[in-house]
Amino acid sequence: MNIHISSRVRSLKPSGIRRFFDLLEERKDAISLGIGEPDFLTPWHVRDEGIFSLEKGYTKYTPNAGLSFLRYECAAYMSRRFGLDYDPKGEILVTVGGSEAIDLAVRAVLEPGDEVIVPQPSFVAYDPVVTLAGGVPVPVETKVENRFRLTAEQLRGAVTEKTRMLILPYPCNPTGGIMELPDLEAVAAVLRGTGVIVISDEIYAELTYGQKHVPLASLPGMKERTLIVGGLSKSHAMTGWRMGFAYGPAELIGQMTKIHQYAIMSAPTTSQYAAAAALRDGDGEIARMAESYDRRRRLTLEGFHSMGLDCFEPQGAFYLFPSIQSTGLTSEAFCQGLLEEQDVAVIPGPAFGASGEGFVRACYATSVENLTEALERIKRYLEKVRR
Amino acid sequence: MKKILHLLESDATLTARQIAVMLEKEEAEVAADIAAARESGALLGMRAVVDWEKAGGDYVTAMIEVRVTPQRGEGFDRVAERIYQYEEVQSLYLMSGGYDFLVVITGRSLREVALFVSEKLSALESVTGTATHFLLKKYKEGGVAYKTAPEQQERVLFI
Repeated sequence: MNIHISSRVRSLKPSGIRRFFDLLEERKDAISLGIGEPDFLTPWHVRDEGIFSLEKGYTKYTPNAGLSFLRYECAAYMSRRFGLDYDPKGEILVTVGGSEAIDLAVRAVLEPGDEVIVPQPSFVAYDPVVTLAGGVPVPVETKVENRFRLTAEQLRGAVTEKTRMLILPYPCNPTGGIMELPDLEAVAAVLRGTGVIVISDEIYAELTYGQKHVPLASLPGMKERTLIVGGLSKSHAMTGWRMGFAYGPAELIGQMTKIHQYAIMSAPTTSQYAAAAALRDGDGEIARMAESYDRRRRLTLEGFHSMGLDCFEPQGAFYLFPSIQSTGLTSEAFCQGLLEEQDVAVIPGPAFGASGEGFVRACYATSVENLTEALERIKRYLEKVRR
Repeated sequence: MKKILHLLESDATLTARQIAVMLEKEEAEVAADIAAARESGALLGMRAVVDWEKAGGDYVTAMIEVRVTPQRGEGFDRVAERIYQYEEVQSLYLMSGGYDFLVVITGRSLREVALFVSEKLSALESVTGTATHFLLKKYKEGGVAYKTAPEQQERVLFI
């Protein structure tokens, strides 16, 4: 039987670099700088809290929006870390990872044909999620010469009367770019004249180097139109727990909760108990892990620079996004060759949008030993392809 | 300086250059700091962490509580010196509580350890009593867990 598949789903293009990912599948033993997740295990006290909740038999559904005391912890965390006040009763929703929060927000807001501005290169899920919701992604190419920041001019140029949303992906995967206060002020000035709603994906907010992350919502008039996507995956090394949080205006959170209620019911109970412990007592671990990433960031960046690879100095997340244009290869050919010849996995830039061509993403959240060996191999590979 | 030592403590194979890059310092400055730490005795050495059970070494380790009479004018230090000079002694600590010293020793057999206690340790004139505890299994030492859980096998390949 021919199973009918919706045209919207069919239209989701299998990644243009499918071939590379097939190869990656076969080369599981390669040194991988490909997976964007912390190499730390979840701190023990957090795991222990999850285990303890199971021992006590807390295995039932929670309220749709999440455990109320977890939402209180979320509110306290946002206030403590970023100076933003959200009401745990109505302005916070606990989701299955940050990804669900993005999906819910997009679905709650978009009408068919609405445009969503997506700065790229950025996280792979934005485009498909918008498309599935009937929206039209409008990519805006951020430039290395602008440190991969979204400029006010670019935003102004992209806004049309159909623009419903802007996705603000900072600190940015894969570029490591961040937005500082003046950049955000310029963006806010453009937004003020419009009805554009912002999804600010701040999953990497705790991982900035040299300066603290500034949320767009802390600027005058922005909180009312901004949904912050947060979570514990990156900051607390909790990717597998799938804990995301949405912070935003009560109207939007309420409508998102409706979708969440029907599609998900409630986020996993064990994870919610662990999450509360992470938020309550995890600030020390955030700092410890961020410092460790920062050291490895410098080590890897210096490694790339010393082998003559042109690389922007990232100020957030845990990726380097070097340009490989000097090799004359496409991103995919570069990555495929590196994997086949030297057993090192990095991700071709176009995985993050067409504008990623000429770049590759390397995640440095792996051991110094791995990084040192990977750098050595990349160097050998470069020497060969440049010859 | 402390940051350098912390880094070396977690991985002694790091080169001065790597440390310099990680801490945003000059390589020469890091090398000088390491030399100074060696000089002052803050950095006593660098060595590997070996799980001898896996490496096939056949050792017996014991923790021995030792009660002593402190010597006049010298306190415990003189007695301590007489104990830690023995090659069998891996660690020696002065303790608060019910006994004075904790001596950690390794030997090739129970008999070797027993002989050390009866013939060498107990024979010291200031030692008034001992209690020997044999180590059955090492779980963690110096911040390193001896049995590491296997890594999660099935993981996403790309995110």
